[in-house]
This record gives sequence, structure tokens and C-alpha cells, in this order.
Amino acid sequence: MKQRSLFQKIAAAPHILWAIMFIAAPMLFVLYFAFTDADGNFSFSNITSLSQYGNVFILSIAFALIATVVCLLIGYPLAYFMAKQKPRTQKILMVMIMLPMWCNLLIRTYALMALLDNGGLLNSLLEQLGVGRVPIVGTYFGVILGMVYDFLPYMVLPIFTAMTKLDKRYIEASYDLGCNGWQTITRIIMPLTASGVISGVTMVFVPSISTFYISQKLGAGKIDLVGDTIERLFQNVSTYNVGAAMSLVMMVLILISIFVMNRFSDDRTTAPVRGGLK
Amino acid sequence: MKILSKCYMGVIFFLLYIPIIVLIVFSFNDAGSLSEFTKPSLVWYEELFRDEEALSSLVNSLIIAVSSSLIATVIGTFGALGLHRMKSRYIKGSVNALTNIPMMNPDIVTGVSMMLLFVAVGTFLKTRQLFGFGTMLIAHVTFNLPYVILSVMPRFKQLDKSLSEAAQDLGCTPSKAFFKAELPEIIPGIVSGLMLGFTMSLDDFVISHFVSSPNFQTLPLYVYNQTAHDVKFSMYALCAMIVFIITVILLVVNFAGSFGSRKSRAIRR
Repeated sequence: MKQRSLFQKIAAAPHILWAIMFIAAPMLFVLYFAFTDADGNFSFSNITSLSQYGNVFILSIAFALIATVVCLLIGYPLAYFMAKQKPRTQKILMVMIMLPMWCNLLIRTYALMALLDNGGLLNSLLEQLGVGRVPIVGTYFGVILGMVYDFLPYMVLPIFTAMTKLDKRYIEASYDLGCNGWQTITRIIMPLTASGVISGVTMVFVPSISTFYISQKLGAGKIDLVGDTIERLFQNVSTYNVGAAMSLVMMVLILISIFVMNRFSDDRTTAPVRGGLK
Repeated sequence: MKILSKCYMGVIFFLLYIPIIVLIVFSFNDAGSLSEFTKPSLVWYEELFRDEEALSSLVNSLIIAVSSSLIATVIGTFGALGLHRMKSRYIKGSVNALTNIPMMNPDIVTGVSMMLLFVAVGTFLKTRQLFGFGTMLIAHVTFNLPYVILSVMPRFKQLDKSLSEAAQDLGCTPSKAFFKAELPEIIPGIVSGLMLGFTMSLDDFVISHFVSSPNFQTLPLYVYNQTAHDVKFSMYALCAMIVFIITVILLVVNFAGSFGSRKSRAIRR
């Protein structure tokens, strides 16, 4: 019988201690700051005062949802086409998707801004063509475009991984059983890659709803999202409490949406099995 | 259909790369303008290299990335070992859930929460000098930990239980059995955890933004501060160089990766 030494018993102790001190304790401080006023007395005033930021929340959620849907609509076919290539091409394409991911978000956003800016390359080209300058930076469209551009690889990669893991025999079986190409995609490939879609959606939605650099740069400081507001509230000691309340609300919103999405995905992945049993 | 799919991929990859290509091309633009390219020159690169702040922030970034990923790997590897051997499912599950919080949360919430912790500790100790290298290191170790656990834990799960028993039958103490028989099996997981932590740490901006002080900057923070107000062409040069370095590393890793696996396959035969 294997013996559990003292060494093995205490091996996890530093990790647990670290997690309590630097993961659990900070979360408790968010709670503490969110439910106290500047003097440290318990109060709900921070949460209730968030109502003035209602528009900011709605705008953030809308932007993040639109960006996620657009990423999915662009990314899913891309991942599908990538997965249909030869293994060697697949590897090259995967490196090409990963390269922008490895570049810092600031660099990608800054590069996009350089292209789209009012004095940028695109606008001077448009002007020379006689179309005239089109303001993109500083508009809702610009910010959403920035989110899509920055986070598209995060959508493509998990879906692509799910596609390559898919057993090719399912697709052959579906053709053998009389499905056409479109039916095979909707009935076999889509349900079986739902897990990739779920992680892709999470990886796009969460950073989109909490970003502040993209809205600062591509919104030209004119568009305020939740991330911008939190960042600003934490620049001043007197607004830490409201900032903590806002972070807490955003965290809860994200947890709820992840939970709902996982429930939704469970239904979809089991659907073909249920159909098959009938 | 085949042509259509090729066209689609071509268009998306073109759109994905065009801003980066424009950035690189215009970093060589002598005029320092985004609308017209006058003549190629290295003037912005020269300006960048004259900036000592850029160099010191690069050094800071490397120091933080190396030390935080090493610390996280040590703590995380022993953590994964301890958790794997732990009997109580309840403790195991709750520690795992706790560790995953920084991975699930948006970076801004993690950053804000750590900032509040340090602010509270700072008020308790009545000091304002808390923020700096130490707070940054703690924050980076914390967000690296889940990635280390994520890469090491599966290795422990795949481990053959009889390996450690055999080593102990042959006279090893349990700890010696771990170091001699089991550690070599989980090394690949440890290495990938270390690499993951290193790149995550080098790349992080948001969390660092909240736990830094003006006198200790990493490279992403430097880029952020420099691009806060107006367009700076030396930043284009810096970004272009970073993109170039990442491209080289990715190509080398992929080339060396296939070479390495071919080698190990040959050895196994």
C-alpha cells in the first residue's frame, strides 16, 4: 500500500495559502468595498448609485453581443474551411491565426487605429478615390469593429480545434444515410462542435464586455463602456466603492451569461442523440 | 465551392493582417505621417533606442515574466501534486474552483480586486509605497497559477500509480519516489505551464495596469502610456519589432516542435 508522506500532505499547502491570500481575499475586498461607504459603514448606496450608469451597461452588453455574434458568423465558416485543408496547410493556417493572438492587444488595437484614423491610410485612399473621408474612429461602428478584429482569433481557434477532433466517420455516415452537404453541416458538424463554439463565445464576450483600451482608442474617448467607467472610477480614491460595486455587477452579469450559455449548449449537444433514439 | 472557400479564407486573413502590415510599413516612413509614405528611413527606430524608458520597461517585463512564471510553476506543480493525492473531494473541488477564478473573471475585475487588497493592506500598514515590483510580481504569479495547474494536472492524472509504488518497493522514500520516478513523467506539463505563464505575463496589460506604480513599468504599460494622447511613430517601430520577434519565435517553435516530436518518435522506435 502506498504511503502518504508528510511531504505529499503539505505539497499543496503553499498553493492553497496563495489562493486564499491573493484570489479569495481580493474578491472579499471587492465585496467589502462594494457594500460600504467611504467611512467603512455598511450601505447599499454604491449599488443603487449604479442606476446612473444604466446606459453604459446597456451599451456594453449590446456591443459585446454584436461583436460576439459577428465573430461567430465570420469565424465559424473560417474554422470550417481551415479544417477542410490538408494537414500541412492546416498547420500553417493555425500559426497564421495564432500570430495576431500572440501580439499584444494594445499593438493590434493601435495598428487598427492607424489604419482607420481620420488622418489614416484608409481615409486618405478614400479621399483620393473621390469618396471623401469616412469617420470610423469615434463611432459605435469603430468600437465594434475593433472588438471583432481583436478577438476573432479567439473565436476561430477553439472551433477549429473542435473541428479537427471531430471523427470523420460521423460525416461519412451522415452522407451514407442520405444527408446532403448542408444537412450534414447543420445536423452533425454544428452540434458536435458546439463545445468549441461555447468556449469561443466566452473568449470573445468576456473581454469585449470588459474592455477599455479598444473603446478609448477606437471610440476616441467619446464612447464610455463599463470597462472605461471602472477604470476611471479607480483613478480616484473617493470612487473606489462605486467602482467595486460596478465590478461586482459586471462579474455577476458574466457569470449568469456563462451559466445560461452552458445550459443552452447542453440541450443542443444532446439533441441528435435524442433524435437517434426515437 | 473549393475556390469560394479559398477566397473566403484569403479575404479574412487579409483583413486580419492588413493593419499589422500597414503598421510595420509606416514604421519606416520618414515623414512620420500615416497618410503618405515619403521615403524609407530608420529615424523612428533611432528615436526608440534613444529612449531609456523603453529599454528599462523591456528589462522589467522580462524580470517579471521570468520570476513570476518560475514561482507560479513551483507553487503550482506542488499544488497539483498535493491536490491530486488529496482524499477529500470537497477541499479538492473548492481549491480548484478558487484557482480558476482569475481565469474565468475578466482581467479588469482581477486587477481591480488585487488593487483593493493592496490598498487595504497599505492603509493597514500606513504606507503608500506598497505598489511596485512586489505587487506586480504577486499579481502575475496569481494569474499564472491556474495555467500551470491546467497544464500539470492532466499529467498527474495520466500517471501510472504503480510507478511510485514500485519505486517505494525498491527502497525509495515517498518523496524520493516522487522526484525520481514521477517527476520525469510530468516534466512536459511543467515546461508547458512555465512557457504559458511566461507568455501570459509578458503579454499582460490590464492586471498590471491596476497594480503598478509609475516608477515600475512593464513594456505593455509603457506602450499604453506612450499611446495615451497622441500618435507616436517610435511606438510604431516598437510594435513592428515586437511583431517581428513574435513571428520568429512562432516559426521556430513550430519548426523545432515538429523536429522534436520526430526525434522522440525515432527514439521510441
